[in-house]
Amino acid sequence: MSRRPVNAPQSPARRRTLKTLGIAGGAAATGLAPTLFPRAYAQSEPIRIGAQFHRTGIGASYGRWYERTATAAVKLINDEGGINGRPLELVVEDDGTDPKRGAEVVEKFATQHKVDVAYGTLFSHVVIGSSPRAGELKLPYVVVSEGYHVASGALNRYVFQPGITDVRSQVISMAPWVTANLGKKVTMIFPDYAFGHDHRDYFSQAVIALGGEMLELIAIPPTESSFTRYLPRIPSDTEVLYHVMVGPGVLTFVKELGEHFGSNRPEIFGFIDSLEAVDLATPQLEFLEGTYFWEGNPRYAQPDQTEHDKFYRAAVGVDDNGASVNDPKDVSTYAHMFGCWETLFIIKQAMEACNYSGPADRGAFVEAMEALERFEEGREHPQGEKVFDARIHQSFGHQFISRVKDSRLEVVHRTAIEDGLYEAEADYTTMAL
Amino acid sequence: MDFGPFLFLATLEGLVQAAVLCLTALGLSLVFGVMRVVNVAHGEFFMLGAVLAWWVTGWFGGHPALGFVVALALAPVLVGGIAWAGERMVLKRVSYDPEATIVATIGMLYIIQQTTLLTFGPDARPVEPPFYFRVQFPWFGYSGYKLCVIVAAAVLLLAAWFVITRTRLGLVMRATQFDRETAQNFGIAVDRVYAMVFAIGAGLAAAGAVLVVPVQQAHYLMGGDPLLLSFIVVIIGGLGSIRGTLVAALLIGLCDGIISVFFSPTLAKMLSTLAVALVLVFRPQGLMGARQRG
Repeated sequence: MSRRPVNAPQSPARRRTLKTLGIAGGAAATGLAPTLFPRAYAQSEPIRIGAQFHRTGIGASYGRWYERTATAAVKLINDEGGINGRPLELVVEDDGTDPKRGAEVVEKFATQHKVDVAYGTLFSHVVIGSSPRAGELKLPYVVVSEGYHVASGALNRYVFQPGITDVRSQVISMAPWVTANLGKKVTMIFPDYAFGHDHRDYFSQAVIALGGEMLELIAIPPTESSFTRYLPRIPSDTEVLYHVMVGPGVLTFVKELGEHFGSNRPEIFGFIDSLEAVDLATPQLEFLEGTYFWEGNPRYAQPDQTEHDKFYRAAVGVDDNGASVNDPKDVSTYAHMFGCWETLFIIKQAMEACNYSGPADRGAFVEAMEALERFEEGREHPQGEKVFDARIHQSFGHQFISRVKDSRLEVVHRTAIEDGLYEAEADYTTMAL
Repeated sequence: MDFGPFLFLATLEGLVQAAVLCLTALGLSLVFGVMRVVNVAHGEFFMLGAVLAWWVTGWFGGHPALGFVVALALAPVLVGGIAWAGERMVLKRVSYDPEATIVATIGMLYIIQQTTLLTFGPDARPVEPPFYFRVQFPWFGYSGYKLCVIVAAAVLLLAAWFVITRTRLGLVMRATQFDRETAQNFGIAVDRVYAMVFAIGAGLAAAGAVLVVPVQQAHYLMGGDPLLLSFIVVIIGGLGSIRGTLVAALLIGLCDGIISVFFSPTLAKMLSTLAVALVLVFRPQGLMGARQRG
């Protein structure tokens, strides 16, 4: 192999290449940290939000839409004067849908980007992996993750989930409808990690409390790519098949479910997670006609669509079918991403309440968040009103049950907030700041 | 479900897996056998095959079968071309030094994977099967396409077998594998044989991927499992032994399918890995491998 003395001049071609690479790299870096504030703010320092998203890895489709939603909310906030007169700036970092990388990202936010607040991501293992570091660094970490891990008290005082209802609340609010309308003998298929375990534990509990019976619990590793081998474990006397899957294999999972059952299927109730970012009109999904899905927020614009949903949909760039206005094949993660929008407005509300001026006020920000009680439905909360339990840092909102009809989802039931309330098992507010 | 139908389904699943595994592992085994190169990037060639199948089927409108047939012909050739270029630019330059090639192929793994991430994106994308029908057995339904995967893989394997045992190219490959220096003395351009074998190995992985992508989805991280399983198969079968590779692929594929159905896929992976450990301890040359020539 040839060796070049360290100081030897580089050939012009090589230098040119490096220069081009440098420019490309610079451009890419700018793209990584979109700055979205108009000129009026040129004088004041922006408030920096460290956004931890799944740009790559098994959660990438969520990450893409989380980022689009957050970007749209930041633009709106900045167009209307920012927070305390300061513009908002998103500093996006990719967590690779990986817990270890998630913790590194949180650390990078605190020490390198010096953000005011970290904000983020969906997959529960990433949130659980990142939270301890956020607590140690005393960096508020406001997540849109859905799992029960925040409300359970397992994390710390700096972690909040105010923009989306947790899984425990979701499933107990829907269990009565499922057992009353679909059947009482339930088999569950869920991903074998924290998020799936929340489904397993709390839905089973609720069904048994309602006089139902859990026939079989089928756990599937979230990175699995073939599912046929799990399906024979579904007992033939199953009345309701409850499914929730995540990851790149979801479409395969639902297709193989169709192959397995054909037209002779039990009632099927799924979390839309099993088909989030997937077009319902995909071939081989016809068997889903007449099955039911949980939706956090209805993907298809409903006849009674609120003006707030209309406004939010347009701001994020989603059409009436839940796909990107630029590409009808690019289906959104509509049932989850509203949480990103709402969370940013909640951060704004808390920062205004404590007159937040910089990282020294992080403690005051945590207390201001804990002083919140309720969010009214509106442009900032298009999914609907929510109540916030400060003890467990968790919001409770409405859930939607939708039926597949003509390859679209029609809402058939909307739960009340009271349906999903449970007794808090922790109190973060007693922890030291 | 009763035991009989249950076992039947498990066997079907195992056969599909074994069929694809045969192709992928055969590629890895050839590369190791002839070149003595441990190709860590093999799984990425598999992934590239699936991703290219997605591109090609996307270009062709009309009936999905048309695009699929073109993909099945084109993807292995393209992937083989990429592998050939990688062999010329990297492996040849490090003189096939065993340690250096491991590191070099790890580098290739990341380059291929991250380039795919940058161009193809992080999403899983479905490829429509060339035809779709559901076979309804009395106890459960099964994808007709999956049954055809078994047949198609068997045909491709027969073709590979024919090339290796009955053609001049195969003879040259086997001669190089048997004794590189003697082959060179007989006027065989060993250097070119290496490039060709590396390309064929990658092409076989790509062919397996094209067959399986309509029942999975194309995703930039999909290369991990096939790589692991191929290594398991090649080690159990005997490094460089083609017959051993096929027998081990059938064995591992079927066991994995059956154990996955009856117990859990995690247990299946644990048992295969245990089998590797036992083979390495008690029969390092593999079930059918010959001892290394000194």
